[in-house]
Amino acid sequence: MTPLRASIVGVIASLVLLVIVLELVRGRRLKERYALLWLATGGVLLVLSAWRGALNTIAGWVGVETYPPAVLFAVATLFILLVLLHYSTVLSSLTDENVELAQRIALLEERVGRLSANEPQGSLLGSARAEQIHR
Amino acid sequence: MTRTRIVAIVPALNEEGIIGKVVDEIRAVSPEIDVVVVDDASSDETAAVARSHGATVLRLPFNVGIGGAVQTGFRYALAEEYDRAVRLDGDGQHDAREIPKLLEPVERGEADLVIGSRFAEGEASYRPPFARRIGIRVFARLVSLLSGQHVTDTTSGFVALDRVGIELFAREYPHDYPEVEATLIALRSGLRLAQVQVEMRERETGASSITFVRSLYYIVKVLLALLVSSLRRYPRLQGTSR
Repeated sequence: MTPLRASIVGVIASLVLLVIVLELVRGRRLKERYALLWLATGGVLLVLSAWRGALNTIAGWVGVETYPPAVLFAVATLFILLVLLHYSTVLSSLTDENVELAQRIALLEERVGRLSANEPQGSLLGSARAEQIHR
Repeated sequence: MTRTRIVAIVPALNEEGIIGKVVDEIRAVSPEIDVVVVDDASSDETAAVARSHGATVLRLPFNVGIGGAVQTGFRYALAEEYDRAVRLDGDGQHDAREIPKLLEPVERGEADLVIGSRFAEGEASYRPPFARRIGIRVFARLVSLLSGQHVTDTTSGFVALDRVGIELFAREYPHDYPEVEATLIALRSGLRLAQVQVEMRERETGASSITFVRSLYYIVKVLLALLVSSLRRYPRLQGTSR
């Protein structure tokens, strides 16, 4: 059986996680999109900590016989891996977008340089700025 | 009849010592060819030197890697509606005088992608170090196997493209160590490949971007890229070319 203290600590820890995530979203420091996996993590851990019977049953299913709270660790680890993997995909698309932005800037700068070279002074950009871009 | 517009795309990173000569050599081959140097955020005077030698310069705001830099050139070629593009390195190892030879299969309408191969006609005088020679061979075999076409040199950065090729690579091009995977993407997209024997020179200045530690990453990255590329589907572009 799961010791009562382990369950209490589990409940408190998941509640703290949930509150922190919600507070970050409320303060607009975390986008809902990236909060979802964290909320799922906190929610699942909260349920498994509070519902002791379920934890014991699951522990039985997966062959953890001596210490059911080990399942809590396993589930938490799994969710952390999911979050990290999610970050890697986000990072990859950010990298691609970043490169594309750099490429477009390079093309636009060349174009601006060409256009402002043909224009009389001080039109599209201040001539000092145009000079800077052209360099 | 409008004239065929050709652009030479030259990626360069800190090549102020030789970029002027590279640009001059391309312009000497044919005044018809517009030279575009893509400066991958050099910390030296590469951009200024290239511009003073008559090249158009595309300056990336930060370093995006060779593939991202080359793709900038393809995107430029697409936006400016060039009919042909030749890509050669900014370190002077590709001989500009071979550009017409490289463009020939495109001019004859036989190929969308022409690779300047060091091994198209068996052993060339170019003898890379043993380890690299093995690597070049293995990648060539692998791409041949995955594409069903005989490719002799997939690591060459000396290539020519027609409009179909420009459009493909403007849209899809790997960001680092791009050549091997790009060849596979092109073949799987149905582009017609031609291979032309070229000689490559030893570098004159600067250091090769492939150091020992990076070569491990290079091998693993390219193998992974080839694996996933062969699992992806690419729309067939064959038949769209003129």
